[in-house]
Amino acid sequence: MAVNPTPISLSLGPLYFNWPSAQLLDFYAEIADECPVDRVYLGEIVCGKRGPLTQAAVASAAERLERAGKTVIWSTLISPVNRRERRLTEDLVRDGEHVELNDFGGLASRGGAAFTAGPFLNVYNEDTAAMLQEMGWTRWCPPVELSLQAISQIAGRCPGLEVELFGFGRLPLAHSGRCYHARQHKLNRDSCRYVCEQDPDGCRVSTLDGTAFLAFNGVQTLSDGLQLCTQTPETLRMAGISALRLSPHSIGTVEVANALRQFIDGASSAAEMVEAVRASTLPLPLVNGYLAGKAGLEWTME
Amino acid sequence: MTRGALELVCPAGTPSALRAAVNAGADTVYCGLRDETNARNFPGLNFSDAELAEAVTYAHERGAKVMVAINTFAQAGRVAIWARAVDAAAAAGADAIIAADMAVLGRAASHHPDVRLHLSVQAAAGTPEAIRFYVERFGVQRVVLPRILSIPEIKALIGEIDIEVEVFAFGGLCVMTEGRCDLSSYVTGRSPNLDGVCSPPEAVSYSRQDGSRSVALGGLTIDRQADGQPLGYPTLCKGRFVAGGKTAHLFEDPVSLNTIDVLPQLLDAGVSALKIEGRQRGKAYVEAVTRQFRQAIDALGGPDGPAAAGAAMLNTMAEGQRGTVGAYKKTWR
Repeated sequence: MAVNPTPISLSLGPLYFNWPSAQLLDFYAEIADECPVDRVYLGEIVCGKRGPLTQAAVASAAERLERAGKTVIWSTLISPVNRRERRLTEDLVRDGEHVELNDFGGLASRGGAAFTAGPFLNVYNEDTAAMLQEMGWTRWCPPVELSLQAISQIAGRCPGLEVELFGFGRLPLAHSGRCYHARQHKLNRDSCRYVCEQDPDGCRVSTLDGTAFLAFNGVQTLSDGLQLCTQTPETLRMAGISALRLSPHSIGTVEVANALRQFIDGASSAAEMVEAVRASTLPLPLVNGYLAGKAGLEWTME
Repeated sequence: MTRGALELVCPAGTPSALRAAVNAGADTVYCGLRDETNARNFPGLNFSDAELAEAVTYAHERGAKVMVAINTFAQAGRVAIWARAVDAAAAAGADAIIAADMAVLGRAASHHPDVRLHLSVQAAAGTPEAIRFYVERFGVQRVVLPRILSIPEIKALIGEIDIEVEVFAFGGLCVMTEGRCDLSSYVTGRSPNLDGVCSPPEAVSYSRQDGSRSVALGGLTIDRQADGQPLGYPTLCKGRFVAGGKTAHLFEDPVSLNTIDVLPQLLDAGVSALKIEGRQRGKAYVEAVTRQFRQAIDALGGPDGPAAAGAAMLNTMAEGQRGTVGAYKKTWR
């Protein structure tokens, strides 16, 4: 076991959704001023077409966050396709600053410099992990479908690896070459008119019986439910977890971070934390089945 | 040993399907061992070590090759099972191992450097940079491309890499990027990456009410049809769902990939091999599809191009009886 001796920190993962620049600037200003996260991951990772729209706003958000003492880490595209997207990824990978990789393509030219593996890198076992450590891997946000037991087993074989668990938000479940927002509007990806902007947290998908269970966000499919990690800080530390990652949503992200911070600091119970999260965020079901090795949409509290 | 301009790579879920594919003109047959090390881990499918060795002998005697798919991601604490599969494939005399997980690729590269290593579609390597990583690190000699690229993009990609490219030519079509989809585990607890299964049969249930039949996965309704109308297998991404007030096949229609009409373009793009999906399909299916593609490849460069009659016949075998060229055509996106 790789017991983490230090307190669990909070971080904010990359934004998955297509928010207009003004909303993005307001959001990160609030994060900079009021949110108890140490690290913030920035950069468009879902759709290469969106990047240019908010480039200036994201750069300005990065400055703002750094002035507030946050560590900013750039996160790379999940699936770069054209030359511009590939060059963007290569620039981030080669620039020498710490980077979060979401595609193995970034490793070819990383040259052994330190990096974070995002949840989109398929790291499922200790042998793969050991190879990545030789290549400079220092921090890991595990694939969301891995159980806490599997994560702990892998972390236990990787001394020095920081593990940042996906702790809150709609779970990123699938990536496609096809844009479902475009398809929904009878467009295709190349003529999409950026219709994904209409759904700041993704577009809800229900069964024919009206049970919501997924959400699409351009080429990405997410869970409808919001993942919420309710494990005690002791359990997390025993499993080798050093940080919880929150995924940005349009409502309540700061309040959720505060609720998790209080819980981790022992200032509130799990039930109080869950209550606070429910009161402040999107009115969606809470899920956490993956951590227990079950179907991801299940919800259990110890 | 490839007979035509494109290597024809056909699926075999059983030894009899393998023999059928070889006899119908497959250049190469791919199969998996009977455990969670391959992405078609269904009951009644796949090969024991002894069956694999016999299959290799059978194929080699007839000038065909055998590739073994060990293309799931080894589970934490259980990597030895995947390492054993790699050793078993090599011991059986397999011509290539198809893998996606770095642990599996690493085992093959370090213990069996004489066996060809192909990068599975499950690795989702769709850029020259990603492919280069696997070439430099593990010496892979072929990549099976993720189904997200158009034919012009495939051509451009091939211009930037030095290894062979295999593409999917026919059969079931994942609408999500393979290796990057957790929909199945979100609903059922089991997924392609974790267990080698998608929308597993034990999670499926059927019900009937008011003149219609419904099919559910993990208790969630995936599709409903009036009595007498066909109701397909409830693969999650092929279901009918509701979003924004509209009911539709939100992710993908019930269609199958069929590239028989674009074989000349794939050849022109520099593709080396065509892969037929369907290790879960029966022997008759494998035989018929193999035969059609054999004829189509042999006719490439001939006066008539790939047989048009074949395209129509293949579509009747496709899921939902409709074919699509999927991402090979840019507007699919």
